[in-house]
Amino acid sequence: MTASLEVSGLAFAYPDGHQALFGVDFSVARGERVALLGPNGAGKTTLVLHLNGILTGGAGTVKVAGLPVDKRNMAEVRRRVGIVFQDPDDQLFMPTVREDVAFGPAAAGLKGPDLEERVDRALERVGMAEFKERPPHHLSFGQRRRVAVATVLAMEPEILVLDEPSSNLDPASRRELADILRSLDVTVLMVTHDLPYALELCPRSLVLSDGVIAADGPTGELLSDEELMRAHRLELPFGFDPRSVPATPARP
Amino acid sequence: MGAGHAHKLYRHGHSPVHGLPPHTKLAAVFAFVVVVVSTPREAMWAFGLYAVLLGAVACVAHVPAGFLLRRLLIEVPFVAFAVLMPFVAEGERVDVLGLSLSVNGLWGAWNVLAKGTLGVAASVLLAATTELRELLLGLQRLRLPPLLVQIASFMIRYGDVVTDEMRRMRIARESRGFEARGVRHWGVLAKSAGALFIRSYERGERVHLAMLSRGYAGSMPVIDEVTASRAQWSYALALPCAALLVCLLGWTL
Repeated sequence: MTASLEVSGLAFAYPDGHQALFGVDFSVARGERVALLGPNGAGKTTLVLHLNGILTGGAGTVKVAGLPVDKRNMAEVRRRVGIVFQDPDDQLFMPTVREDVAFGPAAAGLKGPDLEERVDRALERVGMAEFKERPPHHLSFGQRRRVAVATVLAMEPEILVLDEPSSNLDPASRRELADILRSLDVTVLMVTHDLPYALELCPRSLVLSDGVIAADGPTGELLSDEELMRAHRLELPFGFDPRSVPATPARP
Repeated sequence: MGAGHAHKLYRHGHSPVHGLPPHTKLAAVFAFVVVVVSTPREAMWAFGLYAVLLGAVACVAHVPAGFLLRRLLIEVPFVAFAVLMPFVAEGERVDVLGLSLSVNGLWGAWNVLAKGTLGVAASVLLAATTELRELLLGLQRLRLPPLLVQIASFMIRYGDVVTDEMRRMRIARESRGFEARGVRHWGVLAKSAGALFIRSYERGERVHLAMLSRGYAGSMPVIDEVTASRAQWSYALALPCAALLVCLLGWTL
């Protein structure tokens, strides 16, 4: 079976000379939920923008379900990689929730009842079906984040990439989002420095530090390795002991 | 669609006018305004008839007179200019209540006032019976350049977001003891405006990234195709056609 995502030897420097990635290698198998951990400035966002070809031109390759990310495949790659950005106000740019969720599939050529059905299904999966006709700015922050997830689910992506999914959420919204993410049967790559959230949702984690993958293993083990955590400026919240939490079961 | 969430110019309802496809209404209002503007100013009775026509539309649309009149107030700053015209215009003069007024100026003022008021009233009726979102779809259907429609639709979407950002910046300023009290403080306000501009610009870039990520390739996908039947077109065009008749009479009589 081909992996959902394969990144090999990925290096990238911004035009101003700042090098953000120095040879990143990892792969994510289909159906896996993986957390990408790293301190601020580790290159997480740069890496994410490579996954759907927004940034290109460095060394190395990215493959999505076997398809190399390059100019020729760009439309297909962007359909297969669903990125949920950190600020839902950036992600939700259409006047109503329905139109926003429809944007991706419509751009891919879907229309009429097929489009409508796709929108309904995506909104149902995040429990936001009744907010279909609302303008996004009249929703709560947690609701907007859920709609942002739906906009991407509507494209039926191979892999869902979430940039700091738990940021700015209150504990209830945070749990609701976790339930939703657990219920989805897609591959998930979650970029975060919310370590308990990573432990809760992702059996496996990668640590990105100074532009390279510094560690790759079961989330519980990585978080319990105090030396590793300290070396990469990753800190657990006060009083949180990863060993006291049962390991996240891998998907059946 | 929650009425409480709609724009304040819009008046929620289910009248026949509300139900017409947006592009037919846009075309009708545009044609009506063109007809009104091309009516000779001397045919005063024609403008009365136009007002009656608009009144009939308002009646069908269940838009109360008070609602319409209140929104007509937007016109006041423009009317101020019309009021000045009789005093400053050249030519033959006539005495009214002891004031020496220019005949040409009086006609000019009447012309601006009558045509302006009718145009604004027609637009207010359009806005009261058509949601903003629908208006955009209508403009799109009428083949307005897509870039303009996109700009307008982003303005609607992000107007509140930017206003909110502005409010937060004001609160932050005031929390640190700042109060705008005169010219000396304009510098601070200007810097806030600049910061707001930069923030919005950066947001624009992030939104663009999000659009690219979902397959945007330069044009907005068509999500809602608005169509109009022949009957709907003829309903909508009844207004400008009636007005055209009045206009032609105005020229011949």
